[in-house]
Amino acid sequence: MVEEIGKTAEGDLIINVGPQHPATHGVLHLVITLNGETIKKVEPHLGYIHRSIEKMCESLTYRQFIYSTSRMDYLSAHINNHACALTVEKGLGVEIPARAQVIRVLMDELTRIASHELWWGAMAMDLGAFTPFFHAFRERESINDIMEETCGARLTMNYMVPGGVMVDLHPNFQNRVKSFLKLYKQKIHEYDELVTGNIIFQNRMKGVGILSKEAAISYGVTGPAARGSGVSCDIRKLYPYEIYNTLDFEEVLETAGDSYARYLVRLREMNESIKIIEQLIDNIPEGDFQAKTKAVLKLPKGEFYQRVETARGELGVYIVSEGGTTPYRIKFRSPGFSNLSCLDHITRGGKIGDLIASMGTLDLVIPDIDR
Amino acid sequence: MFSLESLTTLVQDWLNKTFPPTIALLFEFVIVGVLAIALFAALGLVLVIMERKVAAWIQIRLGPNRVGPKGMFQSAADTVKLIMKEGLTPDGADKFLFNLAPFIVMMVAMLVLAPIGFAKGFHIWDINIGVLYVSAISSVSVIGILMAGWASNNKYSLLGAMRSGAQMVSYELSVGLSVLSIIVLTGSLNINDIVLSQQTGWWIFKAHIPAIISFVIFIIAVTAETNRAPFDLSEAESELTAGFHTEYSGMKFALFFLAEYINIFIVCAIGATLFLGGWMPFHIGNWESFNHIMDYIPSFLWFFGKTFFLIFLIMWFRWTFPRLRVDQLLNLEWKYLLPISMVNLILMTLIAIKGWHF
Amino acid sequence: MLNEEIKTIISELLPNASFEETGEWLNIGIEASNWKESANTLRYCEAKPFNFLFCLTCVDWKTHFTMVYHLRSTTTLDNIVVKIKLDREKPEIITVSDMWLGAELFEREVYDLFGVIFLEHPDLRRLLLTDDWVGYPLRKDYEDPINMIKL
Repeated sequence: MVEEIGKTAEGDLIINVGPQHPATHGVLHLVITLNGETIKKVEPHLGYIHRSIEKMCESLTYRQFIYSTSRMDYLSAHINNHACALTVEKGLGVEIPARAQVIRVLMDELTRIASHELWWGAMAMDLGAFTPFFHAFRERESINDIMEETCGARLTMNYMVPGGVMVDLHPNFQNRVKSFLKLYKQKIHEYDELVTGNIIFQNRMKGVGILSKEAAISYGVTGPAARGSGVSCDIRKLYPYEIYNTLDFEEVLETAGDSYARYLVRLREMNESIKIIEQLIDNIPEGDFQAKTKAVLKLPKGEFYQRVETARGELGVYIVSEGGTTPYRIKFRSPGFSNLSCLDHITRGGKIGDLIASMGTLDLVIPDIDR
Repeated sequence: MFSLESLTTLVQDWLNKTFPPTIALLFEFVIVGVLAIALFAALGLVLVIMERKVAAWIQIRLGPNRVGPKGMFQSAADTVKLIMKEGLTPDGADKFLFNLAPFIVMMVAMLVLAPIGFAKGFHIWDINIGVLYVSAISSVSVIGILMAGWASNNKYSLLGAMRSGAQMVSYELSVGLSVLSIIVLTGSLNINDIVLSQQTGWWIFKAHIPAIISFVIFIIAVTAETNRAPFDLSEAESELTAGFHTEYSGMKFALFFLAEYINIFIVCAIGATLFLGGWMPFHIGNWESFNHIMDYIPSFLWFFGKTFFLIFLIMWFRWTFPRLRVDQLLNLEWKYLLPISMVNLILMTLIAIKGWHF
Repeated sequence: MLNEEIKTIISELLPNASFEETGEWLNIGIEASNWKESANTLRYCEAKPFNFLFCLTCVDWKTHFTMVYHLRSTTTLDNIVVKIKLDREKPEIITVSDMWLGAELFEREVYDLFGVIFLEHPDLRRLLLTDDWVGYPLRKDYEDPINMIKL
């Protein structure tokens, strides 16, 4: 049976998983070839939510195009905006005030926690446990409230602008974040009790969807998915931006490379984000929240590339400028796109249930893949 | 002491006095039929709202709370909606089998109801092979599910039916063996006899650890046999969208849905009868006065209380556990549950022969 | 490592390459004809295997296309950018999806949006757009009056 895997034969069952399917969390379309319950091949078909953001950005100014990136990876909209703002700032050579840097990092980490919370709930739901989803949303909701108060939006914040952040923090911000931290610490043990320690869950995850270190590098997998395979790829550590080099946090690494390792990485990453927030929340420096920039931004001729660590991995923004007010060419290297490319590799030979578990731990956000 | 037995005797005596015996029997059929269908409808409504409330309670939310007081009429409203909906039949489907399948599943659920003793002297058919009848008939429902999966002409349905077939056929063994381990103690397949044998205490307390083991195995296996999470592979939502009933809509879907709940009720009733004494009140050995106080609680309350406790247990499983994978599901049965229940049966036989139970 | 040092190492490995140091990272210009060998050298070189292809894209310069490969070495954390000019009328280049497996999807995307043909690609089909789509949207001369992308 094993040598047949990868080849299709007559009598194989070909199933369309998606574009409307409960486990694909969006409009991902997978064509899977099955032999009984065993997966022989997984082929992703993309483009159901392709909006050609890259083309749209070519006719938007450097202030405008940032907003369209919130719609890519909507779960880490902040971090997408951050990457774009950083790229434009790199081109302009603007110095960002210290307060703005701290606010940005705080917001990034809150977004990361919110994103991982949602992933945790959704992944447990993929495995058939419905309850964790609601428990995750309990904490995520309080982050959304914090976002709403300061940024005015709960999902697509559009809070980062070239030069800093759009408005100053809400006076309530620190208190709310502190009460969130308190809530989180009270509740985080429930996550382990409800899901991590469950014997069925562990059997579903351990040894499933194994991604070796070499394969992870070769497929360009980044973020928690790659760190579960032991690839050190946290941009915050490797190529620090903003004030990440002054902060005390660890890059979470696991070596097993299976779904369970990826799961553990994300859970522990939430704790690292909490650590970062705790370091910063009482030390927000006074001062401007935005550097003085011109009303119409013009980037010099050249190419600018900036990458950040989103909740899903490495997001790169590549701007080619001809010196005008709009980018000549813009490319978003989205983490989901590369993470998806390894799906076939890690699921071949597994069962349908394994496909769902592996897909859950890759944490795919479809608009991020299609852009 | 309020008893349903007097009621049934009253009705039967009156019918037999008024009509010739054949007509009286026919009337009894009609009454039983109406009562069974009414029980079905009531159980469907109650269990659905119960499931939703239990789920809401576990998931830190309120659950249905708009229709009626505390949302109690929610499932009635849902039923009306389902009746109004169009029952679609897909183009490529085998129309006859497709439309037949939900009725088969439903009929099986109805038939199994026959020998269950709801209260003292209150059952539809006091058959002397009651337990055998239940386990024989309940395995027919897999045919309905396979039929639904095959006739839908949908690959998800087919996979769901395939899984369901494998699952129900294998878990039946464990159910059978754990039921047998109580049968060796009672020496009778008659459900009434089984209940009466627990006059001095329920089997789960009287027959030491083997009874507890077979109770646990029974609960696991019936959860699997009724396709409930964590064994809901045949309709695994996140894998197969809805498994064997993907293509069903309207009332035909509702029949599957109802049959699932009725099946849960029936297996829990069987579990309550075998292990927890059925309608028998909680008795301890020869504490006469204590037993007498317990007898004041009507027997149907005991029966429904125990059954609903077991139903709650199964709902609790559903909302806490993730789903197993298909190979793990079969491993669990063939490598763990079946050998354990076999050894357990031998132990139980030893206990029965030696008379070590209380 | 400084760009200068990377430059010395790579100029030994790839004698035909041209260099440009305007940006943040070292830009290496390579001819399309010997890209396969050069890619192989960069991917498997002893001192600095550029084993991580983190971005692959294309830029339409109206007169020609430029393929842009962003490479990183996961051991030494150095970054380089490889640029290959392509003929706009007949854009063809050899695939690198056998060396960097992740390139397969990237190349399909570039084929989809720019029309660059990747020779020997295992599965070169449209990725994001429908199979019957006419034209390549990210080319600068692409006009679509129905689906207005330009604002």
